[in-house]
Amino acid sequence: MSTTTTASPNEAKLWGGGKSPFNSEYGKVMMWYFLMSDAFTFGAFLISYGTVRFSTNGWPNSNEVFRSFPFAPAGVHAPLVFVSIMTFILIISSVTMVLAVHAGKNMDKQGVVRNMILTIIGGLAFLSCQAWEWNHLFHEGAWWGSNPFLNADGTASSTNFTNFFFTITGFHGFHVFSGVVINIIMLIMTLMDKFEQRGHYLMIEKAGLYWHFVDLVWVFVFTIFYLL
Amino acid sequence: MSHSHLDHEAHNAEAIAEIKKVTIILSVFTVIELILGFWMISMTSVGLKLAIKGTIVILMMAKAFYIVAYFMHLKHEVKNLIMTIIVPLLLFVWFIGAFLWDGNSFRNLRNDYDTYFKEQATIKVEKKEEDHEAVKHEATDAKHEDAEAKHETTDAKHDAKPAVEPYY
Repeated sequence: MSTTTTASPNEAKLWGGGKSPFNSEYGKVMMWYFLMSDAFTFGAFLISYGTVRFSTNGWPNSNEVFRSFPFAPAGVHAPLVFVSIMTFILIISSVTMVLAVHAGKNMDKQGVVRNMILTIIGGLAFLSCQAWEWNHLFHEGAWWGSNPFLNADGTASSTNFTNFFFTITGFHGFHVFSGVVINIIMLIMTLMDKFEQRGHYLMIEKAGLYWHFVDLVWVFVFTIFYLL
Repeated sequence: MSHSHLDHEAHNAEAIAEIKKVTIILSVFTVIELILGFWMISMTSVGLKLAIKGTIVILMMAKAFYIVAYFMHLKHEVKNLIMTIIVPLLLFVWFIGAFLWDGNSFRNLRNDYDTYFKEQATIKVEKKEEDHEAVKHEATDAKHEDAEAKHETTDAKHDAKPAVEPYY
């Protein structure tokens, strides 16, 4: 906040040439525009889900579909429990990512390494949860083109429900996977002192933007599929 | 020298305090969402359900704001940069409104003119175990015609556990 307020007297200077008018590094600005385009992709997916749901008479009740968790005794159903664990895993890994970016700004290599490792663990934990859930649903007979669930009112349900679920959570899961790969590369580069040599940790910031975006998308996917 | 060092320290503490604050806000909002979700499970009133869903959407937008503004640091960027990102995203306002309206209108048209579509929404499907299993096997077979080994294992699993509850 303080930087923007102090920047306003210099605003004319910002556009006077010789420096970035956005007061930001090129790669970071481009990462923002990439994420904006990705937001439109996810938005298109979620809005088409909404459109199809609005154009259908019945829809499965998410509390009856997503009610299992690992090692649950037979017959015990707990809607929302497993997905809330997944949500918190992603929020916490987002926090450790912020701490890694913060440590990078202070040129604190140890802090970056520690928090990047925690972020990677969080990402892998989330992916494991998602793999378990997909596997569980598959064994219940749910897959692309196959929907074993009934609508909430007991009428037959179309395969739209499972098609959208697997496509959108799959696309998000693929983003989480790419994020983990990017974070691992960032960790290796940090350990190799690449950023110490460059004199800045801006790459961690860019990886951080991507990782937060993955968390941001999950906020929407989680709410739309499991709560609404 | 020592002055700038102190400045740096103060700025550091401020940033950490902000991260803590946003973490707590995100967690609290998520917990509220989950409480509302649990509350909704046993609810029958359609109006109240709709109101809760609206509240959940508002909480979702608030969480998105905190992630973008503080974790992604957009609030601390130059105003022009913020505008080049936020203004195009305003298209979503039209995007969501228009498409949900269209979906709703399509449902109404089909209920008016497509009798089969309307009828399907009134026929309750048998929830009996046998029927359900049969339907599922059909679906699985159709899906994995070429993957023999795969649905053999699926069959074996279901045969071994005939006491699986109906999915509904």
